[in-house]
Amino acid sequence: MKYETVIGLEVHSELNTDTKCFCGCKNHFGGEPNTHCCPVCTGMPGALPMLNKKAVEYAIKMGLAVGCSINEYSAFERKNYFYPDLPKAYQISQMEHPLCMGGGVEIEVNGKKKFIRLNHIHLEEDAGKLIHTNNGTMIDYNRGGVPLIEMVSEPDMSSADEAIAFLQKIRSIVLYLGISEAKMQEGNLRCDVNVSIRKEGEPLGTRTEMKNMNSFRAVARAIRSESQRQAEELDAGHKIVQETRRWDDNAGKSYSMRTKENADDYRYFPDPDIIPIEVEKEYVEHIATTLPKLATERAKEYVEKMGLSYNDAELLTQDRKIADYFENVIKTFNQPKYVCNWILGEVFKKLNSLDNEDAEIDISPENMAKLLQLYHSETIGQATARQLLDEIWGTDKNPEIIVKEKGLAQNNDTAGLEEVLKKIIADNPKAVQELKAGNQKTMQFFVGQAMRATSGKCNPKLVNEIVNKLIK
Amino acid sequence: MDYLNMNLWQVRDKLNSGEITSVELTKKCFQRIKDTNDLNALISTCEEFALASAKKIDEARANGAKLGALAGIPIVIKDNINLTGTKTTCASKFLANFVSPYTATCAQKLIDAGAVIIGKANMDEFAMGSSNETSAFGIVHNPVNPNYVPGGSSGGSATSVASNQCFGALGTDTGGSIREPSSFCGIVGLKPTYGRVSRYGVVAFASSLDQVGNLTRSVRDSAIMLGVIAGEDKHDMTSSAKEIPDYEQAITGSVKGLKIGIAKQFFNDKLNSEVRESLDKAIQTYVDNGAEIVNIDLPSLDTALAVYYIISSAEAASNLARFDGVKYGVQAKNFNDIVDLYFKSRTQGFGKEVKRRIMLGNYVLSSGYFDAFYRKAKRVQKVIQKEFEQAFKKCDLIVCPTTANPAFKIGEKSNDHLAMYLTDIFTVPINIAGLPAMSIPCGKNKDGLPIGMQLIAPQWKETTLFNAGDFLEQAIKEGLK
Repeated sequence: MKYETVIGLEVHSELNTDTKCFCGCKNHFGGEPNTHCCPVCTGMPGALPMLNKKAVEYAIKMGLAVGCSINEYSAFERKNYFYPDLPKAYQISQMEHPLCMGGGVEIEVNGKKKFIRLNHIHLEEDAGKLIHTNNGTMIDYNRGGVPLIEMVSEPDMSSADEAIAFLQKIRSIVLYLGISEAKMQEGNLRCDVNVSIRKEGEPLGTRTEMKNMNSFRAVARAIRSESQRQAEELDAGHKIVQETRRWDDNAGKSYSMRTKENADDYRYFPDPDIIPIEVEKEYVEHIATTLPKLATERAKEYVEKMGLSYNDAELLTQDRKIADYFENVIKTFNQPKYVCNWILGEVFKKLNSLDNEDAEIDISPENMAKLLQLYHSETIGQATARQLLDEIWGTDKNPEIIVKEKGLAQNNDTAGLEEVLKKIIADNPKAVQELKAGNQKTMQFFVGQAMRATSGKCNPKLVNEIVNKLIK
Repeated sequence: MDYLNMNLWQVRDKLNSGEITSVELTKKCFQRIKDTNDLNALISTCEEFALASAKKIDEARANGAKLGALAGIPIVIKDNINLTGTKTTCASKFLANFVSPYTATCAQKLIDAGAVIIGKANMDEFAMGSSNETSAFGIVHNPVNPNYVPGGSSGGSATSVASNQCFGALGTDTGGSIREPSSFCGIVGLKPTYGRVSRYGVVAFASSLDQVGNLTRSVRDSAIMLGVIAGEDKHDMTSSAKEIPDYEQAITGSVKGLKIGIAKQFFNDKLNSEVRESLDKAIQTYVDNGAEIVNIDLPSLDTALAVYYIISSAEAASNLARFDGVKYGVQAKNFNDIVDLYFKSRTQGFGKEVKRRIMLGNYVLSSGYFDAFYRKAKRVQKVIQKEFEQAFKKCDLIVCPTTANPAFKIGEKSNDHLAMYLTDIFTVPINIAGLPAMSIPCGKNKDGLPIGMQLIAPQWKETTLFNAGDFLEQAIKEGLK
């Protein structure tokens, strides 16, 4: 390749603390507009911020999970700019003294491992939300003042795949820590991408910043599109302009929002309303003891204690909710490998078909365990199992009851099935001959015939066994 | 008997003894407000609310309930302090119709102590000014001589107290805004230690310098009021949990052994001779009564005004950015887009002085200038703080003039901004250092205009101010008068 792409990410994650970052309002997604706000988060004259200690704790948690050093002295600054969703006309953020410095995560793309460094993690407040209606633009301040952590990477990634792997890793950790819902489509996980290109070995090129991607797919597309655009510019003898660009996912391309010359001067300065934080060593050590097991650790356990393959274990633990789900299913149906295969196969297929990166498994672990029990004991066949998965998804009905009510249990009556098969064998001498000749595909024919004769309730495995026995 | 002429502590005793009810007293105050309407001290009054509060207190008193320190006493608050349901204008056109949706902690503390809030005082727009001439609601006249300014920015509060409309007022002091008007109007003005009184609900001018304080007719009154409004607030991170002493008890009637620091920097040749004479007399009174004079040095004092205008304007520019025409206040009628809405609303809503400070503030914060101005000012601030710290190792109290000259005539400095800014040269360093200070009357010039003396104490030592202040007040009453 002619150019190398250099990518740095700024990942924002809304924290799921009970209350907002600087006031006592509930931190809830959604809700009637402007029902979770007060004089502080609507920027009333004279209102003052009070720092939410929980938000600080969560940010430090994240820092510890990705190997940051926690600054003993941390302070908040005002980022000044006018926008209607920002009621104070400044965002309380951190610049010179963020809570966490350094650290990083390991990613793996196509079997190649790579360490992506973080520059820092800081805490800040979210803005409100503009809602454009036919009657004009409305403002909902419910989200205003919700705590956010911003995780800023070094420009260590060189492909869209690596960027996605990084983003997924960050999301996984955030979910394991339980500090954010981390849903991209709901906007509580967001990321800005810095992209530049260069010929190998050359110094870093001019970068552009891309905003407004609300899915992993969009991030990947935006990166590919932008590195291609930059390559075309350079090839045409143009210079890359340092600018902020807005990604339009429908159009599949980005537009310039503002160039560096027109960039806002945020006039950062220490927020005089917020006392700087002295983070005590003991406090950090205490938080460290509360960190849960992260993906890598769990995967290791699954391999060592349950005998899962390393690859399966890694896939299963990427998302904490999936891993938790897996553990809950095997509580009542203790067949780890079997459950793992089912989740990575059928359940993932189902999730992928939903076209929503934030979708979750919509069946209780108890009913999933029952479904798998039915399948494992051969009470139902594969087709029925898949059909039941669809049926109880979202309804969470008891699969045992459905099987009974609809008579979906397969017939495991060997003697009866033998009678049926004897007749089929007698009627199809040609097929028998083919089977004897070693054409195993012919077995499908017998299974099909048997299914027809039993209204689909026979066990294919039994058919297999009996036919082989009878033609010997 | 002229109750309105009494000090707060005196009328407190009259209310306690049942000689007069709060309702009667409150009605008298409203009559006085009408009679002195020409002074333009108040922007709004809340008669209905006040009389209802007074009635409640009278009933509680009749029922023998335990009452707060200000029970039934009419008080005025500056119009940058939020009180639910009242207009809080900050004397700005921008907030001319803004009705507070909540109550500031200091106002709530007054109410909880039984105070009867009767009105909201005129001021310089957003507390930016030293003469009360920048108010969008008209200039305020000095009650001693209506041709003179009352000082600012708490000019309305000072005038209201000095003209006996109320028994005490709340003000805010960012660079002298309580002490300077108190000095000009001949009353007592206290700026407590930064962090002593909650700022929650007080419209911010310069957050790291703003402090709520009180204006009264006597030092004892000041001690009583501070006892009510001081204290930690869970809504203000910069408020202090430091214990609140009994301030009234701090008044002992003796200054024996008190070490008074005198810095030559406060007594330069620009000092008005009558002011110097008054100060000399006051200091001599202390010495005659057992106090000791110590010479101290504050070499960086002359940098304080520059530091002040950088830090206060920077913070003001950011604090006042929320007045954007989107949520409340002035919203321009015809605008093309959002930037145009901001531009027009702010152009229409703010007065000249406010605009000047916003521009100055944004300039010193802007990229490329931040280090040269804001950061350097913060460094110099530390130097000034250190110098005061060193000085207080040698003395208990620093005494100096509140202002170099008595009140000036209305219009005299309106067009000379630097001269106006220089008015605060002795008060500004105290805010820069975060110290408590009080202005008390110490004499009059030949035209009868009051002269103020500033007492400065180490952090949290308001007790020293009250004791020394009360001592001089009594001495003046007996002899100096």
